[in-house]
Amino acid sequence: MQQKPAVHIIDDEIIAPLGWGTSANLAQIKQRQTAIKKHKISAENFYYAALFEEEKLQQNFDELSFSKAEDFTKLEKLFLITVHHLLERNPINLEETVLIISTTKGNVELLEKAENSIPEKSKLYSLGKTIQKYFNLKNEPITLSNACISGGLGLSVGKRLLEENAYKNALVLGGDVVSKFTRSGFQLLQAMDSEICKPYDKKRKGINLGEATAGVLLSTEKRNSTIQIVGEATANDANHISGPSRTGEGLVKAISLALKEAHLEASAIDCISAHGTATLYNDAMEAQAFGRLNLQQKPLTSYKAYYGHTFGASALIESILSIKSLQQNLLFPSLGCDEIGVEPPLNIQQNLEKKELKFALKTASGFGGCNFAMIFKNLKYA
Amino acid sequence: MHKNHQISATVLLRNHQVILNGKVIFEVAKDLELSVFLKACYQDLEIDYAKFYKMDLLSKLGFIASEYLAKDQKLNSETALILQNSAGSLETDLNYQASISDENAFASPSVFVYTLPNIVLGELSIRHQLQTENAFFISEKFDASFLIVYLQNLFSTNKANAAICGWLDLDKEGYNVFLSLITQDEKGNALTAENLKENYEQFKTRA
Repeated sequence: MQQKPAVHIIDDEIIAPLGWGTSANLAQIKQRQTAIKKHKISAENFYYAALFEEEKLQQNFDELSFSKAEDFTKLEKLFLITVHHLLERNPINLEETVLIISTTKGNVELLEKAENSIPEKSKLYSLGKTIQKYFNLKNEPITLSNACISGGLGLSVGKRLLEENAYKNALVLGGDVVSKFTRSGFQLLQAMDSEICKPYDKKRKGINLGEATAGVLLSTEKRNSTIQIVGEATANDANHISGPSRTGEGLVKAISLALKEAHLEASAIDCISAHGTATLYNDAMEAQAFGRLNLQQKPLTSYKAYYGHTFGASALIESILSIKSLQQNLLFPSLGCDEIGVEPPLNIQQNLEKKELKFALKTASGFGGCNFAMIFKNLKYA
Repeated sequence: MHKNHQISATVLLRNHQVILNGKVIFEVAKDLELSVFLKACYQDLEIDYAKFYKMDLLSKLGFIASEYLAKDQKLNSETALILQNSAGSLETDLNYQASISDENAFASPSVFVYTLPNIVLGELSIRHQLQTENAFFISEKFDASFLIVYLQNLFSTNKANAAICGWLDLDKEGYNVFLSLITQDEKGNALTAENLKENYEQFKTRA
């Protein structure tokens, strides 16, 4: 088999209510600060979520010189800011770069006002068109919508296209915002906690919603990169469209295939950034899957109690945090688990801890039965 | 060394016709509702699969098309599912949005679950017991070149050794379905972007 080029992480960015930029996010996580707050819907109705302050978002957006004539949606603003930061720091040849966008619902809030015609911006591919227009991107952007694994799958898609030498760089974005559409849906599913969510805890009751965007620049050129993607895969449970396989079939397969591609045994993994949504079934399924692969002792973090569930952004944000763990040799604390409530018990990372880390595993699972696993290698210890 | 992959079968659902490998094999009157066409296809296929009735229209379209595609064979257990469309899950999104906008309407969690385009991939995975690579891409137009590069990577890294790939679109204007079965069989035509595009463009008028 022909050797595929290695794919490196060049840069990353997180724009979230928790912090503006990856460093600001890390500072908050190191202090165990959450962005999840109580928000009012009506006089008697409230929910917990991590939401942007509209004024601050607008202020930051106005500082950049985008057209004042176009009426940008909130998600468009967030994506434009993310891309602006990444391209400002990384002068890359855009002719050799592909843009990949992961989102579950895009600008779905526009449907609220749709009378007889469907607003063009409610189509998911319109996000790519907006970004392409403002940054003069040469190549057709790729958009994917694959439930809660979207942000991670975006990294896989980028890696796969680079491995085939289709492009030299991939700019992978992930993002979603909270709308009445998603909020009402998760209320109907009774999948939301009425307090801050508690991943893997005995008393966990469900998710909190969150909104964010993130971006990662991938390249086949190593430049100053210290992190490489060495294995990844997705696998479907083939079990149920809205609940995970109780035995974690798809997740076990995705992790196994990622390990195989990386030529690693499970024992080589140093830390896990898991999905950890804090729903009863997701967290129980993950424990089963990690147990079956003998990964239950590995230090594991869920970031959902910092960000809420940011859907199209979540697996990308959490991949970036895996990368930061490797780069800084730090295990980041998981919030919300006071008493372990999954079987087998997982080794939930409770504190900030210094440790030499060579391989990090990122996993995610979602509606439609999809599962994702990716392994990052710290090249400092290569 | 990999054996070459072939486009071993194709199916189109357009204008209330089922076109398998270039031949119209089933059709109903064009003025019927889409749901009636799909139910007629279900009966034509002579299958018994209760889950069909609870699917949304996008999933039903994907289900019926893949049933015709896999009618006389069992799919290889490493068949990836890679689909594209332009409207995402818009049809069900609009139904769900209407139900939460109208205070007298009943918003249903089972409708909400279908407001993700990749749910149909879950339905197909369950039906054919495929624990495989799945991805749903959104693109203004059918992008054969992208699909070919993506499939090449899946095959050459042993992440899949067959695939169902194509276009599965539904919006207010109508539907447009093209699925192809990619295998290592001898028959069929070579897996190239030109061939995939040519197959997609047969019978090209929108319902």
